[in-house]
Amino acid sequence: MDEENLHRKLSSLRKILERSGPFCRPDFEPSPESLKFLMQNCKILVVGAGGLGCECLKNLALMGFRQMEVIDMDVIDLSNLNRQFLFRHKDIGKSKAVTAAKFINDRIPGCNVTPHFCRIQDKEPEFYKQFHIILCGLDSIIARRWINSMLTSLLVYNDDQLDVSSVIPLIDGGTEGFKGNLRVILPGLTPCIECSLDLYPPQITYPLCTIANTPRLPEHCIEYVKVVQWPRENPFDCCIDGDDPQHITWIYEKSNDRALHFGIRGLTYRLVQGVIKNIIPAVASTNAIIASMCCTEVFKVATSCSASLNNYMVFSNTDGIYTFSYEAEKNENCLSCSHSIKEVPLKSLDVKLKEFIDILKYDNAFQLKNPSITAKISGKNKTLYVENIASLEEQTRQNLSKSLFELGISNQTDLIVADSTAPSTFTFKVKVSD
Amino acid sequence: MASPAPKSPEQSEKSRKYDRQLRLWNDHGQALLESAHICLINANALGTEIMKSLVLPGIGAFTIIDGHKVKDEDIGSNFFLDSDSLGKSRAQVTTQLLLEMNSDVRGDFIDEGPEQILNNSPDFFNNFSLVIACAMPEKSLVVLSRKLWELDIPLIACRTIGFVGHIRVQVKEHTVVETHPDNEKSDLRLDKPFEALKKHFDAIDLESMDLKDHSHTPYVIILYKYLEKWRSTYGGDMPKTYAEKEEFRQMLRAGIRKDEENVPLSEENFEEAIKAVNTCLSPTIVPSGVKEILNDNNCVNLNSKSTSFWIIAKAIRDFVENEGDGLLPQKGSLPDMVADTEKFVSLQQVYHKQAGLDVEAVWRRTLQLLRQLGKPSDSIPEKDVKLYCRHASELCVQRGTCIADEYDPKLLNVNEIVESLENPESFMVHYVMLRGVDKFIDEYNTYPGEFDDHVEPDIVKLKACISKLLGEWGCGPVVKDDYVHEFCRYGGAELHSVSATVGGLAAQEAVKFITHQYKPVNNTFIFDAVSCTGNTFFL
Repeated sequence: MDEENLHRKLSSLRKILERSGPFCRPDFEPSPESLKFLMQNCKILVVGAGGLGCECLKNLALMGFRQMEVIDMDVIDLSNLNRQFLFRHKDIGKSKAVTAAKFINDRIPGCNVTPHFCRIQDKEPEFYKQFHIILCGLDSIIARRWINSMLTSLLVYNDDQLDVSSVIPLIDGGTEGFKGNLRVILPGLTPCIECSLDLYPPQITYPLCTIANTPRLPEHCIEYVKVVQWPRENPFDCCIDGDDPQHITWIYEKSNDRALHFGIRGLTYRLVQGVIKNIIPAVASTNAIIASMCCTEVFKVATSCSASLNNYMVFSNTDGIYTFSYEAEKNENCLSCSHSIKEVPLKSLDVKLKEFIDILKYDNAFQLKNPSITAKISGKNKTLYVENIASLEEQTRQNLSKSLFELGISNQTDLIVADSTAPSTFTFKVKVSD
Repeated sequence: MASPAPKSPEQSEKSRKYDRQLRLWNDHGQALLESAHICLINANALGTEIMKSLVLPGIGAFTIIDGHKVKDEDIGSNFFLDSDSLGKSRAQVTTQLLLEMNSDVRGDFIDEGPEQILNNSPDFFNNFSLVIACAMPEKSLVVLSRKLWELDIPLIACRTIGFVGHIRVQVKEHTVVETHPDNEKSDLRLDKPFEALKKHFDAIDLESMDLKDHSHTPYVIILYKYLEKWRSTYGGDMPKTYAEKEEFRQMLRAGIRKDEENVPLSEENFEEAIKAVNTCLSPTIVPSGVKEILNDNNCVNLNSKSTSFWIIAKAIRDFVENEGDGLLPQKGSLPDMVADTEKFVSLQQVYHKQAGLDVEAVWRRTLQLLRQLGKPSDSIPEKDVKLYCRHASELCVQRGTCIADEYDPKLLNVNEIVESLENPESFMVHYVMLRGVDKFIDEYNTYPGEFDDHVEPDIVKLKACISKLLGEWGCGPVVKDDYVHEFCRYGGAELHSVSATVGGLAAQEAVKFITHQYKPVNNTFIFDAVSCTGNTFFL
């Protein structure tokens, strides 16, 4: 009886997977084995249990997937409840990953979602290696780049020939308000996240001189209170916590004073929160749309029952319904997925280390966040600069004002660079043009 | 300054919960959402996915109409059913599980099909804000659409089969004040400065400024000053052609101050002015879309049934013809630009003040119109007029067609179908297939390919249905057999992730209708999950 019920429950999926069609991929073989594979063997990792992650777990479970894991370091907040539908008021403060996994396992019998309440960086390559497909629903570009680089670092090359069995497909979705995008990535084969970093808009920053001397917008007043007044007055003896209403209220009142003083209009409590917490507007429908598209792609990749998205789609819902897909191109010099040596072209070795680091940070080709640099000089490793460990930063700070030449670097020296956008180090070669 | 600093507003639990969406449609959009009552017909996977994206953001209430008992197939594809639901009323279980997500929302259900309700209680639909119908058979959809067309209640009809989705919205007329365009145009009036603005410009002398002031003057003022120079050489017109604009940019470049060695200094405001030449030098006019609205019969000839949208439109029209001197009310905002605080804020003030005066004028005219129409003067609040004036250049009116007309070959927009079919990339072919499936269901009472042992014979039958349909429309046999095969492969399968996509899309259209913000699709959207894209058609 149970068997029969299950058989009927899955009848829609069976039609798609057990019948042939004129538009199937050539390698598709209709048979009950596909569904069996989804239900018993196919392991999917969902990265992020937020707006997209909740939707993805539900969609995958109802598309036949049973073996899923979900990773998220966040806990549930009241402002999540307008879209993260696996969470209730009573869950506020609990782990997103744990709560989401439990909800799905309770609602759908046979579903086996394993939660990981931790940072993606806490997991070893061995962890990521075990999955057939990874689905990313993140709001952080750095985290996306990290996952992407993890997957490219898992690629195996034999005599420069990519071992296709080491490719773990990555489906990546993102939303902002009524807009979204989605991409299908076969690391090493198709363009990866790093291949087209310029697709991400640069973060809005306000120059210090504007916010201090010539404020014009309410945002300028808020930024000023955040970066100047708060550290100076240190009202609560701690850093700003965007979730503490006392903190936001203090900033609101101070920036409101400043706005009134300058005759600047439009400062609201909501705006203060938005600027301090860098809030991205979000709504249930857009998350539902992008997450479900991601899951249809996972289903297609896992079963070959249809062609996949090739390979990038943008979506907007503000004026009618707009969808546009195109084939993003692979960057042959990609930092992450190209199997070649990365060169940093320089005019001369007189470039100061600080300037060199700025190139790695702000040049479109690199866009690193906090690079730490070690040079290989006559077979020995020499640490030049470490940004994110305070004691080491202090020790190496003096190097910033030295030129590369003074630091013993010559043309073609290997520089080993660690950065928060990738799990492993990059090796760059300095290339002086003459 | 004006008023003392307000104490920090204690944020309510509700505004914290809905914070991320309030940033998209604001408190007044949310209020409309919370007073909406939506009816869902058929709580299949698509139906509950739509409701999910409406219950979460907090619609006021919903009613589910569904006469089906829960089957295994439903449980396999619908998240709002659980393993205990088998055999129970689908309307009841889905209502309970949807409500469990958000305690702000009220919901009830009727354990009957729409056909019975349409027959037995014809007034049932009168009080809904919007009706959503999923996977409804042709015959009852036609009746429902006529009924709602008559009642002037928006209807969204949708379905998915296999990898294909279909959304059809039906609304007689939909008006939007806040369309939220991606690139909002500023209203700088460089060609037609109002009096206060001209006075402000005239009081400034760039030449006599010291370097600090010169490089902190807003580019709007720079553009105006150089336009005056331009006009003194070339007469009344602004630079129009590419060559003229390039020459104007040269003039601006030459205006950048130089150091002792005659090397131009860095003046960011001038760089901004040079960049703004393309966007800021077009003549100030009433955009053609808005002109159409102001000349619309509903605007020119108000009556006792006219909505606020049209009454304010008429007030704006009167304003344009009188005080406005041919122009819409001033928007009153200034984009950010390099400037010191004083110069920026004082210029902003000039625009803002004018906007206030224009709102007052339009508000007076609105009150006058209300009096003439015999309506109470408080039936339109001043803040609505203010919002309207702010967005007057972005207004949008959409007019739709009745779904029932699609099923009448004499009224169907056959041209759109034939023309679209000529494009091999168009998803119109899916629409034709779906209509063929309608016919098939009407004739055989099952989906084509629903039963494993009937796929082959159903291909032949579906092909016949489509030929018949195309014959009725007067089109040739233009549909490839491949599509017929593919739809028989689907066998009416509802894939959860495809329904979730179409559900999210349909829910967002519902939100647009209810909040009267953002532009809805008009009127047909076909989604193709194979390519992950879709097309819009007007049928």
